Amino acid sequence: MPEALLTLQGVHTHIGHYHILQGVDFAVPRGELTMLLGRNGAGKTTCLRTIMGLWRASAGSIQFGGRDVTGLATPAIANLGLGYVPESMGIFAGLTVRENLLLAARSGPLDEARLEWIFRFFEALKKFWHLPAGNLSGGQKQMLAIARAIVEPRKLVLVDEPTKGLAPSIINNLIAAFADLKKTDTTILMVEQNFHAARSLGDSVAVMDSGRIVHAGRMAGLAADEALQNRLLGLSLEAHQ
Amino acid sequence: MRVGRFDLIPIVVLAAVALGALPLVGSPSTWVTLTVAGLAMGLLVFIMASGLTLVFGLMDVMNFAHGVFIAVGAYVAVSAMKLFGGTLSALLPAMLAAMLVAGLLGAFFERVIIKPVYGQHLKQILITTGGMIVAEQLIHVIWGPELLPLQRPDELRGALLWGDVAIERYRLAAVAVGVLVFAAMALTLNRTKLGLLIRAGVENAEMVEAMGYRIRRLFIGVFVAGSALAGLGGALWGMYQEAVTVAIGAQMMVLIFIVIIIGGLGSVTGCFVGALLVGLVANYVGYLSPKVALGSNILLMVLILLWRPQGLYPMGKS
Repeated sequence: MPEALLTLQGVHTHIGHYHILQGVDFAVPRGELTMLLGRNGAGKTTCLRTIMGLWRASAGSIQFGGRDVTGLATPAIANLGLGYVPESMGIFAGLTVRENLLLAARSGPLDEARLEWIFRFFEALKKFWHLPAGNLSGGQKQMLAIARAIVEPRKLVLVDEPTKGLAPSIINNLIAAFADLKKTDTTILMVEQNFHAARSLGDSVAVMDSGRIVHAGRMAGLAADEALQNRLLGLSLEAHQ
Repeated sequence: MRVGRFDLIPIVVLAAVALGALPLVGSPSTWVTLTVAGLAMGLLVFIMASGLTLVFGLMDVMNFAHGVFIAVGAYVAVSAMKLFGGTLSALLPAMLAAMLVAGLLGAFFERVIIKPVYGQHLKQILITTGGMIVAEQLIHVIWGPELLPLQRPDELRGALLWGDVAIERYRLAAVAVGVLVFAAMALTLNRTKLGLLIRAGVENAEMVEAMGYRIRRLFIGVFVAGSALAGLGGALWGMYQEAVTVAIGAQMMVLIFIVIIIGGLGSVTGCFVGALLVGLVANYVGYLSPKVALGSNILLMVLILLWRPQGLYPMGKS
């Protein structure tokens, strides 16, 4: 297995009086796509938000590229080379598609070649380039949210349930886009509930339950073991599909 | 009704209010005078309110002390006009001094008073109200409790006459300054990356941070700029009334809150259109039915919120 780009050790997160992450330990191998699975309420979204510094870890450490980022502010973490696609997508509805991407390009003007690469998968973004993002459909907003995270090369992209509520044809587009993104050696940590997407894309997997990692290994291993799926996720992934 | 991304309906309403007042007022020359007075008043309110709407939109901060920046701007203008001789050439340095002092006071307020209470609305209201009381007393200490005259330069006194139409020179100057400020803000917000960041921050500050931008620094900048604009507005408003008291800011706050609410919290365009509506309605109603004038803007706010509960240009904050 490749060396870890991101490592969480004993991470706890409290939100108000609630103890959400209760000692999360796992590693995201460099250059791979790691799936973070688990039932609703297991703590997956909190885990991504804690990595981004949007929630503060109350204990434990988060190492990114060998550097402790546990106490860093969110902008400092993002500037280390992280892209983030939240579950809510977080697009700026009043800004055009172009302006959303322009803002995401932190290091300067938009790279035309990279844009063309993005448009190969997300053609709608080119079509609606000057339209306010708030006018896009749900699937197009998700495309924009993802495009924003990868409009510049990133070391690690965190993606929270990108296929949620999307039509199958758009999901296929997203899968193709992430498959291509993997070829660029970008490391991806993705929370996903769609097994088709998880199995197609995942190299490694971590499964959460009640704020802890209860399984970590290769995606292929979990996909092949129906009993393990039932035990960890409470359902067969095949049945879920 | 849209032109590209822009919703034209509030502009049509604004034009309808202005044109609808013509038959009610009767005399076209009086209508022109009232309209210019309304636009001047509206643009001055816009200058004072624009910073507050951005501060609320960007960081969800309810700054009840905004009126202090207006008052300080007006008082600094009194001193500066005296210092520079009170002529037309003294106007620009006086306005710049008003902006500078109000901006510095804004920076102090943000660091000392507002920073400890981010995200706590009740505490924000209490502490900014307390800060306003303290600052007003300091104004008494520095400038005294009496009403101070703020004379306009000779060149801005009197009126221009076109046939039956008389328009005060100062009101035309106020319109020009207001349009300039709006144009500068619109250009900054729509044509620069800083403007993009501010607009994005008003919608979703957390996401802006997750993209690597330090929203706090941006907020401090916007807060200082908003305070400086309030200072400029205070200086212009003081000169409009030709007198300054410590209550000048607090008195304007009612209008400012009405403007930013009907405009849509965080929207500069909404603030602009809302301020013009408030200015026009106040002047038309003040002429047609002086007894109703006091409540006319409250009624305007109620009507607009019944039509568009999020204001004229809702920001879609997430």
